[in-house]
Amino acid sequence: MGIAHEMAKKQREISVAEFFQKNKHILGFDSLTKSLVVSVKEAVDNSLDACEEARILPDIFVQIEQVGKDEYKMIVEDNGPGIVRKNIPLVFGKLLYGSRFHALRQSRGQQGIGISAVVLYGQLSSGKPAKIISKIKEEEVGYEVLLTINTKKNEPKVIKEEPIIWEKEQGTRVEVVMKARYNRGKQSVFEYLQQTAIVNPHAQITFVEPDDKKTVFKRVTDELPPPVKEIKPHPHGIELGEFINMARATKAYRLTSFLTSEFSRVSPRIAEKVCKIAYLYGDMRPQDMSLSEARRVLEAFTKVKLMAPPTDCLSPIGETLIKKGLKNVLGSLRPGFYAQPITREPKVYSGNPFIVEAGIVYGGELPKDQPVRILRFANRVPLLYQQGADVITKAISSVDWRRYGLEQRGGQGIPVGPAIIIVHVASTRVPFTSEAKEAIADVPEIREEIELALKSLGRQLKMYRVKKERKKKLSEKFFIVNQLLPEIARKSAEIVEKPVPKLEPVITKIMNVIWIDEKIEKDGKMIKITVRIANFTEKKEKFDLYGDCPIGEIVDTDGEIQDDYVKWHVEIEPVSYQYKKIVLKNASGYGETNYYVDGINPSKVIGAEPLPGDWGIKMDFVEEIEEVEEDEQ
Amino acid sequence: MSSDEALKKLYEIAEDIYEQLNRGEIPRMHLAARHKGNIVFNNKLGVWKYGENMITRSAKKLDGGYMILRTLYIMEFIKEMIKTKKSSTLREMYYISEGWGLAKFHSQDESNKLAEDLEVITGYLREDFKLRPEEDGASVIGNITVEEINRKGKPMRINCRDDVGDSGYLIPYYVEKDKLKFKDVDADFVIGIETGGMFDRLVENGFDEKARAILVHIKGQPARSTRRLLKRMNEELGLPVVIFTDGDPWSFRIYASIAYGAIKTAHISEYLATPTAEFVGITASDILNYDLPTDKLNDRDIAALQAELNDPRFNTPFWHGEITLMLQIKKKAEQQALAKYGLDYVTDTYLPEKLTELGVMK
Repeated sequence: MGIAHEMAKKQREISVAEFFQKNKHILGFDSLTKSLVVSVKEAVDNSLDACEEARILPDIFVQIEQVGKDEYKMIVEDNGPGIVRKNIPLVFGKLLYGSRFHALRQSRGQQGIGISAVVLYGQLSSGKPAKIISKIKEEEVGYEVLLTINTKKNEPKVIKEEPIIWEKEQGTRVEVVMKARYNRGKQSVFEYLQQTAIVNPHAQITFVEPDDKKTVFKRVTDELPPPVKEIKPHPHGIELGEFINMARATKAYRLTSFLTSEFSRVSPRIAEKVCKIAYLYGDMRPQDMSLSEARRVLEAFTKVKLMAPPTDCLSPIGETLIKKGLKNVLGSLRPGFYAQPITREPKVYSGNPFIVEAGIVYGGELPKDQPVRILRFANRVPLLYQQGADVITKAISSVDWRRYGLEQRGGQGIPVGPAIIIVHVASTRVPFTSEAKEAIADVPEIREEIELALKSLGRQLKMYRVKKERKKKLSEKFFIVNQLLPEIARKSAEIVEKPVPKLEPVITKIMNVIWIDEKIEKDGKMIKITVRIANFTEKKEKFDLYGDCPIGEIVDTDGEIQDDYVKWHVEIEPVSYQYKKIVLKNASGYGETNYYVDGINPSKVIGAEPLPGDWGIKMDFVEEIEEVEEDEQ
Repeated sequence: MSSDEALKKLYEIAEDIYEQLNRGEIPRMHLAARHKGNIVFNNKLGVWKYGENMITRSAKKLDGGYMILRTLYIMEFIKEMIKTKKSSTLREMYYISEGWGLAKFHSQDESNKLAEDLEVITGYLREDFKLRPEEDGASVIGNITVEEINRKGKPMRINCRDDVGDSGYLIPYYVEKDKLKFKDVDADFVIGIETGGMFDRLVENGFDEKARAILVHIKGQPARSTRRLLKRMNEELGLPVVIFTDGDPWSFRIYASIAYGAIKTAHISEYLATPTAEFVGITASDILNYDLPTDKLNDRDIAALQAELNDPRFNTPFWHGEITLMLQIKKKAEQQALAKYGLDYVTDTYLPEKLTELGVMK
């Protein structure tokens, strides 16, 4: 047999298995710990995408079980729409099978190689098949499928398939046994799920660890993110290869109609103009375009004026929900300050719309002497690896945080202080640095947006610190008017042998504020909060006070309960005190209540913030909220 | 009696505070600012006094609030002491304040400072308030006879050369005429000496008799009673006063506080300062002229010298010359560095030379 035949034989044997082995690192399976995180991520991302597409509030269960030394079983179960029986083997048993390749929209699924790679990894590392259970609403029974992948043909091989009775109305469950290592802490399954919960406040995620420790990341909103729209690619964002593929596959007969029908913002007039600049006939068949002709078309597009792509296809998390998500997940760290998160206006980089969102939390039990924690997200998916290479990290490092009160050597680099910075980049096409999709590339337009958002957060942080300082000063005055001054009055009256003078006018002169603080007492399993309101002004004051308890359930209060906060209408005479109460259960480790006031000049009030403008506004309107800039001053 | 007047003045302050409260005003007290920028030379008295700058301590601030409350308590305390004919040390007052509730002092610095503040506000001395320092005055050796009223109320005559041991006559904390009188003196001048070592050297060498001098050990930064005694000897006995210290910036300040008045006690400068007191040395020029063993100036020394260049009390050609020279040579020297030339050098050569130059010795 000749050498060519020998080689041909070998060539056939280059299978997906071999491809996988060779490219493990690109696909993210380069260490035992990381393989587990990546597997959970693929499964959970799929579940979240499926639920959102089907407009279902996701309820996701994740369990990791140890089955041997360095061998773990991953279980991910959702309440999504389920997969029709005949598609189960294809979804889980064929690499690169999926619906999202040509769709341009903001989705998580862009970011991985798919759940089938997880099945393949499990099969190659443990020798065991994957088990899938799925049920759709329309059918009485679900199906349980045991399958492996035929690595030579990249085809699913069903080992067993049988109908089963499943108590769930609908959903999908995947079980894959794989070689892995389990840990907690940085870059772990726990961290991935925790961060996923922050940016998906509409999802409920339950996690059971190998030692049976169960954590529930509760759902904090019943509002699903609005459905994402698909858009056609914008000529400025398309690559040559992709462009040629589209031209080959199009059903259009003429180049001009191909351009107008398959791209956004291309009018017939522009299509004509582009053909003219590219020296091509508008009537030519797009399928016949040569490489150099295609290149000329793309070049021509850079010479015409095009409208930016539509941006309504993006779904930001929204300022209110970011805050809620952060509180829900980080509440136990009791941060002293949650900045009002920033959702920037949508912008465009090389033809791709994107939007940047950012938030910061500060203080509490966060470590003071360590670099701030950075939480990075792309299309609602946490990015755990390659922090240094990410545009988010670069943007954070280039902002001078010293002016906002964080330590930073030389005004550059990751600042040090008790803070967590969260940045979310959503786009129809997130530009990653590599195929592993672990870091966002340093695109100037994106970087600028991130920096602007961070600076706006920095200003809020500074304001918080200024206010805190002011409160400290005022608590000194509080001591003066409550203790020192009465003592001076008593003593001087005693010496001159006259009645003790009235102090109210002096007190209002020294303070001239409404003072709000609280006392927190533990009463068995309950937490009792006593709110003290002191009017140190010369006038009677009327306003609404809102108390927002970050954790716990309200058992009793003398205010009105509205959603998850308490509202009081306060009318208070000059130089007098009033006390309000809230009693909570399930609130062990309670930090402090956030107070907000409405109907009064907030600069007169110490201990409460002005009521945020977007309070109670539902998700649908969140996009309309104006950015919080320096207007609070 | 001045104690009663001082008490009356304190009562007026309490009354004022009460009235301010009654009018609905934030109670406040005004007093002269006590810093370098607020001392001016008083031509009539020949000493440096506080200028026009006033500061206000109001109950709007924690410090002011405490000060006002404590003043009220002190007033009561003093009233009680006058009634029972007692006096207390500043340290005792600090401990007594334990029972004052909120008005309690948190450190003795606070109580010392308030005692001074009250002097500034009322124009009376802390002695009038029956408060005294625990530090004793320093000692005197020389042919002067004093009459001191002792603790039993009896006058005692003491000759400060013949009736005392080697450590000399100890200056009591209170040296006014009702306590201490000068009876007889046979001397040409008074010399204040900074260090104990040099004082002992002069005593051992019999400098008091040889040079017809009264030796006063001023013990570093001199206590009020020491300064007061120097002034009384100068004014009442007509003796010139000279000051002999180490040659460093801190010793220059000792001289300034004796001759011009201290910044902290500028409210009573006319009572404590001896404007005609002369500085003998060690000067920066002495270091060069006598080729004395030296130490290098440290950073604090240099900063102190530079501060002195901006201190109005040192604004004379002599001091500017000496301070600038010391900054140039970057060196300081102790009094005892003169021992380089033998133990008798200071009494046989250095002092006679310097004092003749000043016209104090012939």
